[in-house]
Parts: sequence; structure tokens; C-alpha cells
Amino acid sequence: MTTPASTPTLRPAQGDASDLAARFPGVVSPDTRPGFSGFTIPADKLVEVATIIRDELGYDLLSSVTGVDYLPENKMEVVYHAYKTTGGPALVFKVQVPRDNPVVASMTPIWKGAEFQEREAWDLLGIKFTGHPDLRRILMWEGFEGHPLRKDWKEAFYEEDAKPFKSRWPDGKHVLAEARNPFSDNLRFPSGFDPEKMTFADPEEALYRSLKKYTFEDADGIQADHIIVNLGPQHPSTHGVFRSAVILDGETVVSLKPVMGYLHRNHDKIGERNTFLQIIPYTDRLDYFCSMTNNHGYVLAVEKLMGIQVAERAEYIRVIMDEITRIQNHLIFFGMLLNDLGAMYTPALYAFEERELILDIFEAAAGSRMMCNYYRFGGVVRDVPAEALQKLRDLVFDRLPGKIDEMERLLTENDVLVSRLKGVGYLSAEDAINTSMTGPMLRASGVPYDIRRADPYSIYDRFDFKVACRPDGDLYARYMVRVDEVRESIKILQQALKQIPEGPTMSVKPQYQVRVPAGEAYGRIESPKGELGYYVISNGKPNPWRYHIRASSFINLTALEMMCKGEKIADFVAILGAIDIVLGELDR
Amino acid sequence: MENKESLNLPGYEIPDELKNVVSVTALDRLYNWGRRSSVWPLMFGLACCAIEMIAAQASRYDLARFGMEVMRPTPRQADLMIVAGTVTKKMLPAIVRLWNQMPEPKYVLAMGACASSGGPFKEGYNVVAGIDKFLPVDIYVPGCPPTPQALLNGLILLQKKIDQESIRKVRWYRKGPDSVEIPVPILGPDLIDPRRIPDIKAKAAELASTPAPATQS
Ligand code: SF4
Repeated sequence: MTTPASTPTLRPAQGDASDLAARFPGVVSPDTRPGFSGFTIPADKLVEVATIIRDELGYDLLSSVTGVDYLPENKMEVVYHAYKTTGGPALVFKVQVPRDNPVVASMTPIWKGAEFQEREAWDLLGIKFTGHPDLRRILMWEGFEGHPLRKDWKEAFYEEDAKPFKSRWPDGKHVLAEARNPFSDNLRFPSGFDPEKMTFADPEEALYRSLKKYTFEDADGIQADHIIVNLGPQHPSTHGVFRSAVILDGETVVSLKPVMGYLHRNHDKIGERNTFLQIIPYTDRLDYFCSMTNNHGYVLAVEKLMGIQVAERAEYIRVIMDEITRIQNHLIFFGMLLNDLGAMYTPALYAFEERELILDIFEAAAGSRMMCNYYRFGGVVRDVPAEALQKLRDLVFDRLPGKIDEMERLLTENDVLVSRLKGVGYLSAEDAINTSMTGPMLRASGVPYDIRRADPYSIYDRFDFKVACRPDGDLYARYMVRVDEVRESIKILQQALKQIPEGPTMSVKPQYQVRVPAGEAYGRIESPKGELGYYVISNGKPNPWRYHIRASSFINLTALEMMCKGEKIADFVAILGAIDIVLGELDR
Repeated sequence: MENKESLNLPGYEIPDELKNVVSVTALDRLYNWGRRSSVWPLMFGLACCAIEMIAAQASRYDLARFGMEVMRPTPRQADLMIVAGTVTKKMLPAIVRLWNQMPEPKYVLAMGACASSGGPFKEGYNVVAGIDKFLPVDIYVPGCPPTPQALLNGLILLQKKIDQESIRKVRWYRKGPDSVEIPVPILGPDLIDPRRIPDIKAKAAELASTPAPATQS
């Protein structure tokens, strides 16, 4: 394979996809819109067909579920991307429902991993999923007015449908957004709204109702009751503003619900207003430890749509940046996990020491330590300076291998670490697949699924590396998978740094306004945290019609309750730490 | 440190036999010196900027040089709230509560574009366009994210601000309620600032009488 930039029309012909239409003649029909692929399934046959897709065609991993609002056609569409954990391309299937009453059967009985994504589609688009166990808002709060991703829903600071806004370009007159809003702020109330007479249900109530309560009567007739504990959103161990409501029996977790949205920054809505190029810096701010890999997933999707190749040198630079990002992310992971276990800050200091050296390279190449904004459609924005490349060589060949050994010497055999991690937070391989776990979490449950191998993108098929995988499914396995991955990343980096050719870093002329043909594309990469996917729909205009992020931090939390049940509350902190979430990506 | 020397210069003559034996200083100087050298920030990160805040605390930039490395997870022990990241409407009630729980003297530092003004996410429907709409910000640090050096600069500015204060004038020793408590915002159809209820009511009534397309769905 030379390039990931294949035309989107190539996909439906591959894999078992063709069987599907043959199996259900007259029911399942290929999506024939130009630039689109996959199959359309009528809403009433969805569960039946999806069961076949999972059980007989073998697409066991439901990667992405998202809704699209087709306002002009007065339709809502739900798009599913399913993959095989043995590798290969996606099976894309879609359901269209009328826009005024969008009701779709929930996929949760077939793939539990759909749970949060369906809640998100309900929250942001107002699509109802029948049979969903707990259909509440997930990113916004209960009681919020409207479904913001609907195309006719306008935010309070709305100016125009698409950037660049005419008020600022070309002649630059600008009115403060506050001055245009009737409430002089980022507020949007229904007309005639009276806050004093407002009656609204307590937004928390639905949450507490969804928890499984616990009461118990012992032999003497003494009633034992449950305790509700709220962790977060301000809590030192939640890695940001994540929150969990937990029901405890003594110290043991009985039931748990993650609560998110405290950092919901509306990436999707802002993305739909932005031009394709303007989105790249926003992707930086998703998983803010890994801006390079975030860029990569997005440019892959758009390159697929545009059907362009990537410059050879740029491919190498991308791989190098992705892998060094992975090392940096995993180092921080070790530090933060140890923080969560109570080894406050010392391991993290070791991690930050290496991270600073890596950030220096990012700064030299991209101009910024964290928000790199480095990848472009067709390449990378500029070449890596020679000195930075030399620093990188020193780091990869001389320094990092020793540092990993040092860290392992301090941690891997450490009694406290082993006893806190071994056998805790178990997740079986079946459950991991069914809950759409990806990345190190899935591999720690014994499923060797790594997109770099399973569905190679960029030039990963040229490198010799092993997919890190551990069968135990506990916290220790999750820790070890990351250790192995750092070593494998170093291997890839050493090969890439030896092979990197000279040449241009862009295959096309850089443009501010790229022309993206109409169609859909799903670009996904193996980010340090799991599968990071971007689902982009273009209608030929300068802005995407739909821009959706499939975030692994978000979906990997589906199994949180499963893993925590029966464990101690202190272990909850470690289990959460081992998922490796980043709030920017979780809440988007 | 420059300030340590000036601490012993009260501005009047010290008898020779007492030099280097006792310390004579102005009360304000001693008071401010003590406080500026032990500003404990709240361990509180909202988004990307928080990572740079942690980097500032780690070995390369080493906040400990300023006596500020003791990040406190509880607001009860914190003197400084570094608002490091995007303030969302959903999070705001929690932030205001945290602020209300911090004892005086307390300061707010808005770190980054988001905390100062909404930054790149200003147009977002869940984003508060700047924490200064609710909390009294002392220092703004620009950047997206500000580098650790920029944050350090902001903290030095805060120290300078503390140096200007006088024990006779500071608000926490005046009579009256102990702190500047801020009413906790309510999450309704949108974020409701309790201080603005009459205003919101009037504006919404106005909207009802005139068809306004911009805020209708
Ligand atoms: S200012 Fe920039 S870096 Fe800081 S929180 Fe906002 S988006 Fe993130």
C-alpha cells in the first residue's frame, strides 16, 4: 500500500459488505448518493439486520454511532461504523427517519458500546432510541432548551451559518457578539421566559434515579442502606472535570454512573461553522496531550474526501510525530496513574522531564508546545528543522530506551504497585469488544486489535513492530500494555528516522480554502488512547455539513461501571486512571 | 530575593547596636511578604491550560521557587484560584461554589484565552465568555495555552499586587460580611445568573412582543 488516500467509493466493494444486500434483497440497499458508501436499512429492520451483521458477518466492534441532520430533505440519519476485530475495513450502515419524529431502535442490546453515543445523539440531535436503558442527556444538562446540533438551532452568538463571516472578511468590520445578542451575553432564552416562575425538574434527579439503589436487612432486622458518593467534577483524581455518582455498600461499589459534559466545548457545532482548514487547530484541543495524533485523524478523513496523496517525507514526519506523541502520552499516563495510586507526584516528575524534551521538538517543528496545528491536507505545514531532528535522534536512540528501563525498574516489580493493580478492574475480552473499547484498554483484555495493523493508514505497513497485547484484563495488564507500547513506538521511531527521505512536505499547493468534493469519509487512527475517528460529511461547500468526533476517552467509559462493580472505592480511582481519559476529548 | 532585603528597611534610622540583631520593619511589609511567598493555588484544572499549569509546577519551571507549589485539592486551604481552561455553563455553578468556599484573602488568575474571554470556543453554546463575568479576576494571562513562563509572569504580577496591599485597607478585615460571596448560577433552559433575573425577565418579555428571529429555534 502506498497511501491511505483512496477515493471513498472504493470501500463498499470490500469485505463481506456485498453479502448484506444479497441477504436482504429489497430491504438493505446500497447508499447511492455520490461520494457516500455503505448501506441503508429501514428503521423497522435495523435490529434484525444488525444482529446478522454482528453474529454472521463478524463485525463485532461497533466503532461509531452518530446522527446527521439533513434539514433540506427533512430527514435524520443515524450512521453506524462497524469493524471486525480481526481487521479490515468498515461496514457502514445507516438508518433514515423523518425529522419531526426521529425514532430509531437502540443498538445497546447488540453492542453495549452504543450506549453513550446514542445518548449523545439524543442530547445533541434529539433522536430517540427505543429500548435504550438510560436515555438521558449526556453532555448538556437535563432541562437545557433544544437540541443544539440540529441545523435550525442557532446558538446565542450566532452570526452566520458559515465562516469566514462577511462582517469580518474582507473588510473587517466587527461587532462584538455580546452586542448582537438580546441578553448581551452567551444566553438564549425562549421568548416570554420568566425565571421567577420557572419550574424545572432537578437535573440531578434523573441521574440519581438511574443508579441502582441498595438496601439490605441483616439477620437482626437492622436495615443497611446505600451511600451515594459524588466524585467530581472538582476532585483531584478525576483528571479534570469528570464526575461520577457512586452507590456504595460500605466501601464496595454497587452502582456507578459517569457524568460528563463539564468540558463540553461544542466542537461539532463550531466545526460545522468553520471551514475545513479552520478545524485543524480545534482538533488540537480535543486530547490536549496529543495534538499531533488528533490532527492526523482529521486530515486523513478530509484527504479521503479530496482523494489526494500525501507527500512521502510528510508521511514519515507524521509517523514520527504520532509515535513520539504516543510515548509522551504514555509517560504521563504512568505518572498520573501512580498519582492516583497515592505515589503523589514523584513518578509524574520523571514523566514531565521527558515530556519537556519532546515538547521542545514539537515547538521547533510546529511553533507551539502543546497546540501544534501541524498537519495539513496533503502533508505537514513545514519541515522539521534539522536540529530538532537531531534532538529527536538523540532522544530516540540514546535517551528514551534507558529511561523506560529506569522507570520499569522503579515501578513494574514494585510490591505496592503490583498489589494495587493485579486482579483489579477485570474486563473480559468479550465485554471489552461489546462495549466498543479500543486502544490499550482492548489490548489489555487480550484482543490484539491495533488500527495500525488491523486497517493500516499512513505508512504503518512499512514498519516492523509488535502489537502490544496482554491477556489478563486487569489494571496490571493495562499498565504493561502501555510499557510495551512505548518500547514498540521507540522501535518504529528508530526505523522511521533511519528511512526518512528528503523531499517536499506537501503534495499539493497549500490553500486557505480547500475544495472538498461532496461525500462522506471516516478517518480513524490509533491514537494513544484508542480509536480516534472523524466522521466528516461535505456537501461541496467550504464548510463541512457534519463533523463528528469519535472519541475513545468517551466510549471507553462505557465499561467503567462493569469494571468497578464489587471493587473498593479507592480502586475506582485507579480503574479510572487506567482508562486514560482526557476531558477535552471526552466531552468535546 | 529583592523583597527580603527591603523587608528590613522600614524607612527610618536604626540604632547601630541594633543592626543585624533585631528586625525592624513595617507591618504591611511583613504581612505582604508572608502572604506573597506562600500563595497556595487550588488544584483545579478545567482544560488544556491546566496541563501547562502542571508543567509550570514540574521540575523545569518549578513553581516552588515562589512558594506556590502546594496545590490544594480543597478550596478551604487555597488562596488562589487559577482558572486554567474553558469555563462551561455546566461547570460554572461548581466553580462559583468553589470560589465561595475559599477563605479570604483570595485571588483569581484567569489563565488563557478561554478563561479570559471564551477564547477559541467563545461562540459555543455551552461556553461562558470569560470567568470575569462571575468572579473578580485579579490577573489575566493571555495565550492559548500560555506557556509556563507566561504563567510565572502572571504569578509574579500577582505578587506585586499583593505587595501593594495594606493591612488597614484590605477587604477581609473590614466590618461586614466576611467575603464577597457570589450567588450560584442556576441551570435552566440556559444559564441563569441570579443577579440578572429581572433583567432576563424584561428582555424575554420584550422578545415575546417583538418577533426576534435570532433567538428562536
Ligand atoms: S485558552 Fe486555549 S489552551 Fe487554554 S483552555 Fe482555552 S483552548 Fe485550551
